[in-house]
Amino acid sequence: MTLQLAPPRKVPGRRTAPSRRMARFDLKGVPYLLVSPYYLLFAVFGVFPLGYTLWVSLHDWELAGDTKFTGLANYGELITDESFWNAVVNTLGMFVVATVPQIVLALLLANALNKRLRGRLLLRLGVLLPLVTSVVAVAVVFSQLYSRDYGLFNWILSWFGVDPITWQNEKWSSWIAISTMIDWRWTGYNAIILLAAMQTIPRDLYEAAAIDGATARTQFWRITVPMLRPTIVFVVFISTIGGLTLFAEPVMFEGNPMMTGGTTGQYQTVAMFIVKSAFRDFEMGYAAAAAWLLFVLILLGTMINYWFTRRIGGAK
Amino acid sequence: MKNHKRFVVTGAAMTALLAIAACSGGGGGTTPSGSKSSAAAEPVTINVHTFGGGENFGYDEAVKKWNAEHPNIQIKYTNLTDRFEDVYLPQLLQRLQAGAGAGDVVGIDEGAMGLMAARPQFFTDLGQYGLESRKADFPAAKWEAGLNADGKLFALGTDMGGMTMCYRKDLFKKAGLPTDREEVGKLWPDWNAFLETGKKFEAAKTGAKFMDGPNTIYNVILFQEAPKNGNLSYFDKNNQLVIESNPAVKTSFDWVTTFSKAGLTAKLQAWSPAWDKAIKGGGFATMGCPSWMLGVIEGKAGPSNKGNWDVAAVPGGTGNWGGSWLAVPKQTKHPKEAAEVVNYLTGKEGHIAAFKEAGAFPSSLPAQQDPEVANLKNAYFNDAPTGKIFSESVKNLQPVFFGEKHAQVKTAVEKVIEGMDQGAVKYDEAWSKFVAAGVKAAG
Repeated sequence: MTLQLAPPRKVPGRRTAPSRRMARFDLKGVPYLLVSPYYLLFAVFGVFPLGYTLWVSLHDWELAGDTKFTGLANYGELITDESFWNAVVNTLGMFVVATVPQIVLALLLANALNKRLRGRLLLRLGVLLPLVTSVVAVAVVFSQLYSRDYGLFNWILSWFGVDPITWQNEKWSSWIAISTMIDWRWTGYNAIILLAAMQTIPRDLYEAAAIDGATARTQFWRITVPMLRPTIVFVVFISTIGGLTLFAEPVMFEGNPMMTGGTTGQYQTVAMFIVKSAFRDFEMGYAAAAAWLLFVLILLGTMINYWFTRRIGGAK
Repeated sequence: MKNHKRFVVTGAAMTALLAIAACSGGGGGTTPSGSKSSAAAEPVTINVHTFGGGENFGYDEAVKKWNAEHPNIQIKYTNLTDRFEDVYLPQLLQRLQAGAGAGDVVGIDEGAMGLMAARPQFFTDLGQYGLESRKADFPAAKWEAGLNADGKLFALGTDMGGMTMCYRKDLFKKAGLPTDREEVGKLWPDWNAFLETGKKFEAAKTGAKFMDGPNTIYNVILFQEAPKNGNLSYFDKNNQLVIESNPAVKTSFDWVTTFSKAGLTAKLQAWSPAWDKAIKGGGFATMGCPSWMLGVIEGKAGPSNKGNWDVAAVPGGTGNWGGSWLAVPKQTKHPKEAAEVVNYLTGKEGHIAAFKEAGAFPSSLPAQQDPEVANLKNAYFNDAPTGKIFSESVKNLQPVFFGEKHAQVKTAVEKVIEGMDQGAVKYDEAWSKFVAAGVKAAG
């Protein structure tokens, strides 16, 4: 700054202006330049596909075939399509069956890991391990565990005189099977995030509560959970988005890439519905419209969850 | 600031370099001396893409031979997947639409021939390379399916299915049934007899089921019935859905329902991992077997099961299930050479090589009449005279017409049958759901 105040000496006028301009650019322009790769990529791989999908959704657009502008006809057809709503119900159903126990379990797990335990680090790493395995690997192994003829679960159930269950056959059984895959993989991840947040809660709060005679359980519900609220909101959001775009697990559970989600769509999710429309029935326009409705669905789901989680622990 | 400038310059230089590298990539090397053909100055690589489980198209030997004899046109043969409708076809359509990525020669299953014929813009007219002359080599049905909406020849036939019944010898023995293929064939002159044999088999409690699942037999019967009903399955020749009115569909549906109700099926979904496991492990005793299915069984059951599987005549007479074609997408850079390769692979020699390797029965008439085919035995299936068996099964064969959306309707209705067999769809609701699924998929 001080240098600039000094009158320029012996500097040819021609060179001053460009280098000043350079300096200004360095100050004002470079930051934008430096952050631009992300936005450029986002524009190419995020905004453009979003817009193009909207454009496609307004057409009767057949893969490698004819395209015809039809306005909102796809959306109209979609909201009266039973199989679309079946997919929505499945997605929401599996989301609830998977996420509710998952968050509760993660919370309890995090609380346990927050205690003074022997081999604490090992245990903390341990709960993260499932996350390292690939989704497909998890789904393949679980699908075998749930297989009708040689599956582990049916074998265990047979000790109690239960006949082999074809897990893919009913909504409830397929939902449970898929939810366990999701929970196995994600509970530990959420637990670690909650654990990290737990460790930022000042210890004196607990000490004060303990002096006042609060039990461990009261401390958990009255101090830990309310203090964790922002983190729980985050965890719930992530789970909502993950849950509503559920895809790999049910596809692998089906055992082939037909995308029908069972013989009568018992566990076909919206994401599978979209892929089926686009790449099995070759109706790109219809699939694009479904993709946009899924987007709206996620937006709504996230908003509802936000509203719910805000009320945790008696928020004002 | 200086650094930043340098960075920009370096970046620009890098980009330029990359561009140069990219350009030089396409140039290719120089030709080895002694190229005789004027058509190709440098060796041309023709990518042949196919699909299918087990031994699939069976072109390994045929390609090896061609490559040895044609230094200037080298075939690169890739089998992309064992799943046609839900993997190979969508991928092929995307690549055709994108104008890049498809093979120079692509295999197409019969179920999608209607769809491809309706898209002449994507395929090379093979007539301009003189392949019209091949017409006399094929049965009319196989030839005509290769003509597209513009009336141009776009695909030539490879194999055809024919129809037989594969059975597990070891399981039949366990159940006290005859094991000799002649006697087994006599067990079931028609489907009613097949049902009765199945009940006997189940009564013997071998631990295995009589048949795999509903859909293989459903297809077998459908393709036997279609020729009796104007050669139609799901669509008529104006591409109108006739699923509800075509007796062929209803008859095959009813038979499968009967088998399922009688508890003969292992409730397996064809082409699933559990199905594979059961083929290998002896989970069921019979399976409808078009010729290409022999290759599938051999591939999935593996060498340890050699001799356990055998082939007998199918109940209910002749028929054809499946078969494929080869086409040349318009996006190829070497249409002429690709057409030559198609000509070779669909010629007598290519057909015979494929039959030997994968059991894919030739649709080519000269190949069918060749003693090499007619006298061929299949070592894996106890030296069954497959050449003779399949020739019998395709005698007087009638073509079955496929609509543009055949593949979609097929997938949708077979799901309902599967659901019925596994209990997710009630038997008395199955037919109406079956029809509804078909109507929806035909959209």
